[in-house]
Amino acid sequence: MRWTGFWIGAALFLVLAYASTFMVTNTFFFFVGYVMLQFVVLATAWNILGGYAGYVNFGTSAFFGVGVYTAVALFKAFALPLPLQILAAAVVGTALGVATGMMTLRLRGIFYSIATVALVIILETFVVNWKFVGGAAGIQIVRPSLPSFFPTYEGMLFVVAAVLVVIAVAVARYVEGSWIGRGLRAIRDDELAAECSGVPTLRLKLIACGISGALMCAIGAPNPMYQQFAIPGAAFELPYSVSPLAMALIGGTAHWIGPVLGALLLSATQQYLSVTISSELSLLALGVMLVLFVIAAPEGLVGLLRKVGLFKTGTVRPSNEKGKGT
Amino acid sequence: MSKIKVTRRTAVQMTGAAAVATGTTFGPQMASAQQGPVKIGLSMPQTGGLAAGGRASLLGIEVWKDDINAKGGLLGRKVELVVYDDQSSATTTPAIYSKLLDVDKVDLLFAPYATVPTGPIMPLVKQRDLLLMGNFSFQVNQTVKHDKWFNIAPWGPADSWGRSFIEIGEKAGAQSIAFLAADQEFAQNLVKLAKGVADEKKMKTVFEQNYPPNTVEFSAIIRALRGARADMVFVCSYPPDSAGILRAVNEIGIGENVKIFGGGMVGLQFTAVMESMGSLLNGVINFNSWLPEPSMYFEGTKEFFAKYQPRAVAAKVDPLGYYLAPYGYAQGQLIEQAVASVKSLDHKAIAGYLRSNTHKTIVGSIKFAADGEWEKTGTVQAQFRGVKDKDIEQFRGPGKQVILSPADRKTGEPIIPFEKARKG
Amino acid sequence: MSFDFELLRDAIVFGLLLGCFYAAVSLGLSVAFGLLDVPHLAYPAFLVLGSYGTYMLYTLGFDPLVAGVILTPVFFVLGILMYRIYYETFEKRGADSGVRGLAFFFGVMFIIEVAIIQMFGVDQRTVSASYIGRSLEIGEMRIPNRLIVAFIVALVIAATLYLYLSRTFTGRAIRAVAQDEGALRLMGANPVAIKQWAFGIATATLALAGALLIIVAPIEPTLDRAYIGRTFCVVVMAGLGSMGGTLIAGIILGVAEEVVKIYGASWAPAISFGLLLVILAVRPQGLFGR
Repeated sequence: MRWTGFWIGAALFLVLAYASTFMVTNTFFFFVGYVMLQFVVLATAWNILGGYAGYVNFGTSAFFGVGVYTAVALFKAFALPLPLQILAAAVVGTALGVATGMMTLRLRGIFYSIATVALVIILETFVVNWKFVGGAAGIQIVRPSLPSFFPTYEGMLFVVAAVLVVIAVAVARYVEGSWIGRGLRAIRDDELAAECSGVPTLRLKLIACGISGALMCAIGAPNPMYQQFAIPGAAFELPYSVSPLAMALIGGTAHWIGPVLGALLLSATQQYLSVTISSELSLLALGVMLVLFVIAAPEGLVGLLRKVGLFKTGTVRPSNEKGKGT
Repeated sequence: MSKIKVTRRTAVQMTGAAAVATGTTFGPQMASAQQGPVKIGLSMPQTGGLAAGGRASLLGIEVWKDDINAKGGLLGRKVELVVYDDQSSATTTPAIYSKLLDVDKVDLLFAPYATVPTGPIMPLVKQRDLLLMGNFSFQVNQTVKHDKWFNIAPWGPADSWGRSFIEIGEKAGAQSIAFLAADQEFAQNLVKLAKGVADEKKMKTVFEQNYPPNTVEFSAIIRALRGARADMVFVCSYPPDSAGILRAVNEIGIGENVKIFGGGMVGLQFTAVMESMGSLLNGVINFNSWLPEPSMYFEGTKEFFAKYQPRAVAAKVDPLGYYLAPYGYAQGQLIEQAVASVKSLDHKAIAGYLRSNTHKTIVGSIKFAADGEWEKTGTVQAQFRGVKDKDIEQFRGPGKQVILSPADRKTGEPIIPFEKARKG
Repeated sequence: MSFDFELLRDAIVFGLLLGCFYAAVSLGLSVAFGLLDVPHLAYPAFLVLGSYGTYMLYTLGFDPLVAGVILTPVFFVLGILMYRIYYETFEKRGADSGVRGLAFFFGVMFIIEVAIIQMFGVDQRTVSASYIGRSLEIGEMRIPNRLIVAFIVALVIAATLYLYLSRTFTGRAIRAVAQDEGALRLMGANPVAIKQWAFGIATATLALAGALLIIVAPIEPTLDRAYIGRTFCVVVMAGLGSMGGTLIAGIILGVAEEVVKIYGASWAPAISFGLLLVILAVRPQGLFGR
C-alpha cells in the first residue's frame, strides 16, 4: 500500500464520516465515535515520539489540556471559529513540544518522561489560577451557530475529528517512512551509536516532539465544543496521559496502523465496559491488558497479526528492541 | 455492591456503536408508545473522588424505586433505573446521557450527584428541552438558564448559604472574616458568593487563600490563618482536605479571636469521616442537608431511614446516610407526585406541575424558584457538640449537631467563641 | 499581607518536617529507580497499599507505626516477587526496559488501585493515635506531633539505608550493580540476586512510609496518582541513588511548598514542579548526582 492507496482509503473514510452525519440519526453514535477518533489522534501523536524514538511522554494530558484551553481562551476573547482554534492550538502545541524537548531531551529518556509529568501539574495549576477561562470553577461553553452543510453539531464535531485523524495518520505515516523515522528508530535502538554515526539526534527528537505536541493540542481544541464545558480537572485528567500510551503499545508501536488499532480497540472496550459492568473493572481491564500485552505480545496487535500472517508490510521491519537504558 | 449490579443489568443491551447506528430520530416528547417499564436514566459517581456521596445518593433513589414499585409503579408501570458510573468526571457524562436518551430511550432523567459531572449535561438538556432533576449541584443553571431544571438540593437562593453562616457570626459580634477555599469548582463558586455577602455587610476580609487539590499538609496555611486574627472563618473544602484542615486547627490553633469556624466543609457530613474525626469536630459550625434533630422529621422520614440503613450496611455505603440519601428519595417523590397529578410522562407537563406547586417530601416541603433552585433555603448550619471519638452510634440521636439556622429548623444557640466550643 | 517574620519561620519549620515526610516516601524509589534503574511507576501504588495495610492492622488494634514495622517483611517479600516478574519478563530478555517497562508498571498500578477499591471501598480512611491531632508547643510556635514522627522515621530510614549501602558488603554490591554490572559479575557476585535483594529493601521501606502517609493525612484508593509526581520529583532532584540527597531534596520541596502556602497556596504545585524543571534543565544529574 503506497500513498495512492492510503489517500484513497482516507478519502473514503472522510466521505463515509460526512455521509454518516446525514444517515445516522442516533446522536450517541457521534458521541462514542468522537471519543474514539480523539484517542486515535492522541495515540498516533504519542507514537511519533514514544514509539519511533522510544521517548515516553507521560504528559499527553498536558498537551491535550493546553489545546482545550487555547480554544476556550480564543473563543471567549475573539469568538474565533473552530478551524482557527485548532490551528492556533497546533501552533501552541508545537512550541510547547519543542520547548519541553529543548529542556530535557539531551538527557536519558526517563528524564523527559518525568519532565512531562511535571508539565501536567504546572500547566494545570496555571489554568486553575487563570480566571478568564473560568479557573477552577470551570466554564460552560455556548456553541455558536452550526454551519449549514452539517445537520447536527455532534455530526460536525465527528467529521472534524475524522479530518484530524487523517492528518495525524498521514503525518505519522510520512514520518515513519522518511529519513526522520529512520533516524528516530536509530535513536531508539542505540542513541549513542546513532549520534556517533552522524545522525542529528537532538534535532530529530525536537522535530518529533514538535509534531507530536501539535497533534495532541490540535485534537484538544474541539473538545470544549463537544463537552460544552471545560474544567481543568477534566482537561488535564490522567486517562488522557495513560490511554494513548497504552493504546500505542497494545496496537504495536513499530507501524502507524498500530496506535490506530490500539486506540479503536481500547477505547471501544473501555466505553463498553464502563456502561455495562463498572468502571472499576474497566480500569482493571486496562491494567491487565497493559501487563499482558507488554509481557506476552511485545509487538502489540500488529505483531500478533504479522505472526499469523494476516498483516504484511515491507516498509518497516519488526523493531529490534535493545536496552538503550530506559 | 449487589444493589448496583441489579440496576446495571438493564444496561447490557448495548451492542456497540455499529448497532446503535440504526436508531431512530429522537424528539423531546419521550412518551413511549409501548407499556414497558418507566425508565429513569442517570449517571452516578461510583468511583473516583465523589463516589462515597454518589453511592449513598443512589441507594436513596433505589429505596424510592422499590417503594413505588411496591405501590404499583408510575401510571401503573414498573419503574426501572438505568444507571452508569461517570467516575466522578465531567468527561464521561455527555456520552452517558446521550446513550441514556438515544439508546436506552429512558423516559425521565436524573442528574448525577455533584456539580462537576452535571456541568456538561446542562447544555445538552437545554438543547433537547428535557426535564432534568438535579442532585446537589451548585449553581449549574446560571449560564444555561434552562426552564426544566429542578435542583433537589436545599441550597436555595445562591448566596443564602454563605449568608446564613455570616449572619450567625455577625450576631456573635464578628467584624472581620477569613476565607479559605479549595481550588475546585464548587468551593470557588461558594466562596465568591460569600464574599459578596461579607462586602454587603461591610465586614472586613483579613485573610483569603485558595489551596490546590491534593494538598497534604495544612499547618502553614492554618498558621497564617491564625496570624490573620479574624473574627470568623469561612471554609469551603473537600472531603480529604476537610479532615486535614480540622487536624491542623487542633494542632496549630487558630486563636482566641475566632468566634465561629466552618460553613462550607464538604466531607464532615459523611459517616466514615465523622466517625474517624470524632472529638476534633466539636465546635465546628457547618452546613448540612439533613440531621436527626426533632425539626427535621417529616412524613415518611423515619420509615425511609429504617429501610435505607440496613441496606447501606449490606452494600458498604454510608451507614447513616443523612446528607444525600433522603434527597435521592425525595427526588423520586417529586416525580411520583408530578406524574400522578399530570397523568403522563410529558416533560413539559411535569415541569409545569413542579414549578407551580409546593411539594411535601421526606425532607420537608419544597417550592421551586424560577431558576430551578429552592425558593427558600433548606440548608442548615449546625454546630457539632460533645462528639466522642470512635463512636458511630452517637450520631443516630439528636444533640450532636445542633441546628442554628434557618429559623424554622433551629434547635439551639451557638456556643462561642470557637475555642470554647471546641472543648465542649 | 504585611511581612511577618514569625509566620515565615513557622512555615520553614513545617516545610522542613513535611519535606522529611516527602523524603521518607521517596527513599525506596531512590533505591529502585536511582540505583537499580527500574522505572517503578507502581511505586506510589505500593505506598498506598502500605497505608491500607497499616489501616487494616490498625482496625485490629495495632498502633499505626507498629503496623508499619510488622508489614515491613511482608513488603520485602512482595518486592522480591515484583522484581522476579519484572526481571523474567523484561531485563532477562534484554528487552527495552523503557517504554514497555513503564507501561508494565502502569498496568500494575491500576491493578493495585482496583484491588484496594474492591477490598476497602472508596471512602477515605484515617487512623488515630496518641501522636495525631496534638502538637508540641515551643513558645508561640506549635508543631504537630505527627509531623515530628514523620521527621524521625524519615531520618531513621535514610540513615539506615545510607549505612547499609556504604558499610555492608551487600550494600556496596548494590551500589556497584548500579555502576557496573559486568565488573560485579567478574567478582563472582550474582547481579540479579543482588538487585532482587535491593528491590526487596526498596519495597520494604514502603510499609513504614505507607504508615507515615496515613498518619500524616487521610488516604483514599487513588491517592497514589498524586504521589507519582512528588516521589519522582524528589528522587530526580536529589540525583539518582543518593540517600542524603533525597532527604535534602525532600526538604527543599517541603519548604518551598509551605512557604508558598502562606502567600498564595494555589500556586504551590506549580512552584515545586517548576523547581524540578529548572533543575532538570540546568543540572540534570540532580543536586547531589555524580
